[in-house]
Amino acid sequence: MGSLDRTVHPYLVANPSGTKLGVHMSGDTIFALSSGAPPAGVAVVRISGSGVRFGLETLVDSVTEPRRATLRSIRGGDGEVIDRALVLFFPGPASFTGEDVAELHIHGGRAVVAAVLSALGALHGFRAAEAGEFTRQAFANQRVDLTQVEGLADLVAAETDTQRRQALRQADGALGRLYEGWREQLIRARALIEAELDFPEEDDIPGSASVQAWDTVTALEKEIVNHIADRRGERLRDGAEVVILGAPNAGKSSLLNAIARRDVAIVTPEPGTTRDLIEVRLDLAGLPVTLVDTAGLREAEGEIEREGIRRARERAGIADVVLWLVDATASDIAPPPLPGALRVATKIDLIDSAAERRRVAALFDVCVSSVTGEGVNDLLRRLAERMAADVPPVETPLITRSRHRTALLGCMEAIRSAIGGVADPVELRAEELRRASDALGRVTGRIDVEDLLDVIFREFCIGK
Amino acid sequence: MKQAGFDESPCPGYPSAMSDKFDVIVIGGGHAGTEAAAAAARSGARSALVTQAFSTVGAMSCNPAIGGLGKGHLVREIDALDGIMAVAADLGGIQFRVLNRKKGPAVRGPRAQADRKLYRKAVQNLLKSQANLEVVEGEAADIELQAGKVQAVILGDGRRLTAGAVVITTGTFLRGVIHIGEVTIPAGRVGEAPSVGLAKTLESLGLRMGRLKTGTPPRLDGKTIDFAGLEAQDGDEPPEPFSTLHEAVHTVQVRCHITRTTQCTHALIAANLHVAPMYSGQITSHGPRYCPSIEDKVVRFGERNGHQIFLEPEGLDDDTIYPNGISTSLPEHVQREMVASIPGLEKARIVRPGYAIEYDYVDPRELKPTLEVKAVGGLFLAGQINGTTGYEEAAAQGLIAGMNAARIAGGGEGLTIGRGDGYVGVLIDDLTTRGVSEPYRMFTSRAEYRLSLRADNADQRLTPFGIKAGLVGERRASAFAGRMDLLERARALTKGLSVTPNEAEAHGIHLNHDGVRRTAFELLARPDVGLGDLARVWPELRSVDRFASDQIETEAKYAVYLERQDADIESLRRDDAVEISTELDYRAIAGLSNELRDKLAAVRPGTLGQAGRVEGMTPAAMALLLAETRKRSGRRAA
Repeated sequence: MGSLDRTVHPYLVANPSGTKLGVHMSGDTIFALSSGAPPAGVAVVRISGSGVRFGLETLVDSVTEPRRATLRSIRGGDGEVIDRALVLFFPGPASFTGEDVAELHIHGGRAVVAAVLSALGALHGFRAAEAGEFTRQAFANQRVDLTQVEGLADLVAAETDTQRRQALRQADGALGRLYEGWREQLIRARALIEAELDFPEEDDIPGSASVQAWDTVTALEKEIVNHIADRRGERLRDGAEVVILGAPNAGKSSLLNAIARRDVAIVTPEPGTTRDLIEVRLDLAGLPVTLVDTAGLREAEGEIEREGIRRARERAGIADVVLWLVDATASDIAPPPLPGALRVATKIDLIDSAAERRRVAALFDVCVSSVTGEGVNDLLRRLAERMAADVPPVETPLITRSRHRTALLGCMEAIRSAIGGVADPVELRAEELRRASDALGRVTGRIDVEDLLDVIFREFCIGK
Repeated sequence: MKQAGFDESPCPGYPSAMSDKFDVIVIGGGHAGTEAAAAAARSGARSALVTQAFSTVGAMSCNPAIGGLGKGHLVREIDALDGIMAVAADLGGIQFRVLNRKKGPAVRGPRAQADRKLYRKAVQNLLKSQANLEVVEGEAADIELQAGKVQAVILGDGRRLTAGAVVITTGTFLRGVIHIGEVTIPAGRVGEAPSVGLAKTLESLGLRMGRLKTGTPPRLDGKTIDFAGLEAQDGDEPPEPFSTLHEAVHTVQVRCHITRTTQCTHALIAANLHVAPMYSGQITSHGPRYCPSIEDKVVRFGERNGHQIFLEPEGLDDDTIYPNGISTSLPEHVQREMVASIPGLEKARIVRPGYAIEYDYVDPRELKPTLEVKAVGGLFLAGQINGTTGYEEAAAQGLIAGMNAARIAGGGEGLTIGRGDGYVGVLIDDLTTRGVSEPYRMFTSRAEYRLSLRADNADQRLTPFGIKAGLVGERRASAFAGRMDLLERARALTKGLSVTPNEAEAHGIHLNHDGVRRTAFELLARPDVGLGDLARVWPELRSVDRFASDQIETEAKYAVYLERQDADIESLRRDDAVEISTELDYRAIAGLSNELRDKLAAVRPGTLGQAGRVEGMTPAAMALLLAETRKRSGRRAA
């Protein structure tokens, strides 16, 4: 087990607020895809916790003989067979984590893996593991030694880096705004209910404060249900990001158009036309990629342009790959502003001399012409290679999706219990909503009691 | 208890027999100090309480009430650990009400108005009868340290008292400054000098300190209030005592009244904001958002047509009324006009003006979860000095600090109570892990295991811990054993009796006719079934004690949730039991982000559980901290 949690994909937490990532400890049973990104021949899903036996009984009929590979059918909630799998059961404490552990060796297609993960996520008390959670558990139970934990530093660094990038991207994006909106709705609803519980003596809080809260969570539940059903948005959030940088008029927009084969950027010979960021999304060798065109990097005079350049640099800082474009016909060839950028010579069609072409080719990773299309396929191939190698060992989009889905499902179910519990005392319904916000917090960043108190003290005059 | 320096006749000298060597010295005689001193003494340590005047010990410097939501839970927990607050509140309480009585048991909070004198007297008597405890009157001026450890307390008159551990509970006295309009007076409470020497001592230790603000309303002469037209509020009948040692409350019970501010009041305040210290810039420190001054209420919620004021009696033989809801630091003449603009108070005489007070506090992240200062062995802080507000929050910390001071002075190890075991645990964990930005007050929403941490089961949660820790006396231990016996028998009874749906139907209880037998306990889980209904089926249930039947009903109705919380609490306990080094160099740990490094450095978590509650923490980073800890201990062992 030399690679430890490298095989467990870090949890990409969208964290638009940038502050409240947190670790919620609980008695949950955790699971994760512990082999590489699908598609692959075989995928291994690992499960750990007190619910493992229950999980095996539900998904593969019964608990299999300990430490013996057994062929079983995995059935989803609807009873339909998802896959035939090799099942291994390791009773605790003699297991990797010290708890009961099971491994499901399944076929490594994306659809199969997704279906198995979602079947696990639907089980009571089950949730997707966070990065390093198996190792943490194993280490706490003294099941792994120090040398095995050495690799963790890399994981933590990669995870931090990925989270930062993911958070920054989502903070900008439509999805980030959507999640943040949900977070606020849930906080507000809970605040109304908690206010009624914690401040019964305050005449500023009507005894019926919680009534409007139920309308809010009912609407929220509907939104989440629709979101889970609608898969169109998923591609937007997934995949790698490629940022195109270069001096004004280096041909960034033209290249973007050549790749996208449609006019998304305004292409003009005037320097400085692209003042904002323009994005194109495409599928590159099966991996969804967002291509971002930026304002040209140079000392800008206009206010708007300066802002465009600031955004360009910022975006490049969070990109997976940066393309550094240089006009091959330009007199001086500037070095890339960011280390590791892919160097691209543009307008290569304007160079006729074979000697000059060789000279340029030696200085760049790729030479392209947006006019003739020369080198564009080469560029895309290099890009795909680079992405396979450069993208840190992070979660695949599939896992992000499955995690988000599990968390959102958990949130939705807890909200339903809360709404459905009309006959229950309000503190039990409040407890369901607390669980709902723990689940949503896994996607949007932790929802803390301070968030609730902020709303209560802002909206109500408390102070008997 | 021996009393030194406060005999019937004030005597200048001190008995030569009086010792100057103690295991534990507690500085301050407020709610934190008295619990700390009593807890240290109960733990068997030779303890001293240093206070400026014993006559002020147990004083309620703010509102004359104990308990409430979250706070009442704390009082019951103090009682479960054999502390004094609940007992004193029962002896001094003149109106008892359980808040949220119509809601479920987890969010019910016992509360009582207290007669200041009776309460103070009760606290003083409890201290006097406490073995191992001496009271020393004097001002603590300095703490003597040697090699990072507490050695002695130096008093203002030069006396030197040695101690194995010291608990500082100086409340608002650290560089306290009172504001009334543009008048500022250095003071810890009205008429009492602030503590400046100790503030300097703490500063010289390099502890991060800050400044907070709180306030109090003017006190009114009840004889000049016209109660006739005001809404009256009665207490519960019969009153429910705080302490499980008490069957009933024996003090006379009184009523409170409620009035409201008017548009005139608001206009008057708005016109005088320029002389309000909070708005003139005279006060810059943070006050609590949940206890705003009337100035704040008018500025922030001026559009409301009135703000309610509870007129709380301060005592049975005292006409003073505490108008809860109009805390203010406006100049005295404005306070007079303001009071006169309120229905019923038109002719009310102000006995003492309201004021705001600013004081120093120590960033509680400087403390271990035992409340010992990380940097100084044997030095403990408890109460408002740690950035909290409220008698109950102070008392709860005092009890834990006193217990641990005794343990450390005796060469033992400190003990902590987890978030899953009590509001005391939630309080101290919040303080030591997250610090404060405003005076910290307990709310039930702060407790993630709220359904498990109820005011009604505080003894079940904490008395066994208290017995093991040596905090609980024989009387309580045997009373507890008796209660648990009743409860166990009731549990066994309700889980042993069962019916079929048909049999139940015959007694008017409607179930699904699925032929499944259900136990009495299972039937109680239904919202519409109580133990009274079941007694129709099983007459033997009539013999179940009231306390036990309430418990069983709650356990049954919450069963599904309690099971889930138990699993979570178990996992929390596991993490809280895993120690990590507080001396790690977070900068040297590869992989952590700078932001996380800073946060870790501010908190210096001592357990895996605490580390997990640091904002931004991930499981992988937790494993990393654990690995670093093991590396260090490996090196040390080698």
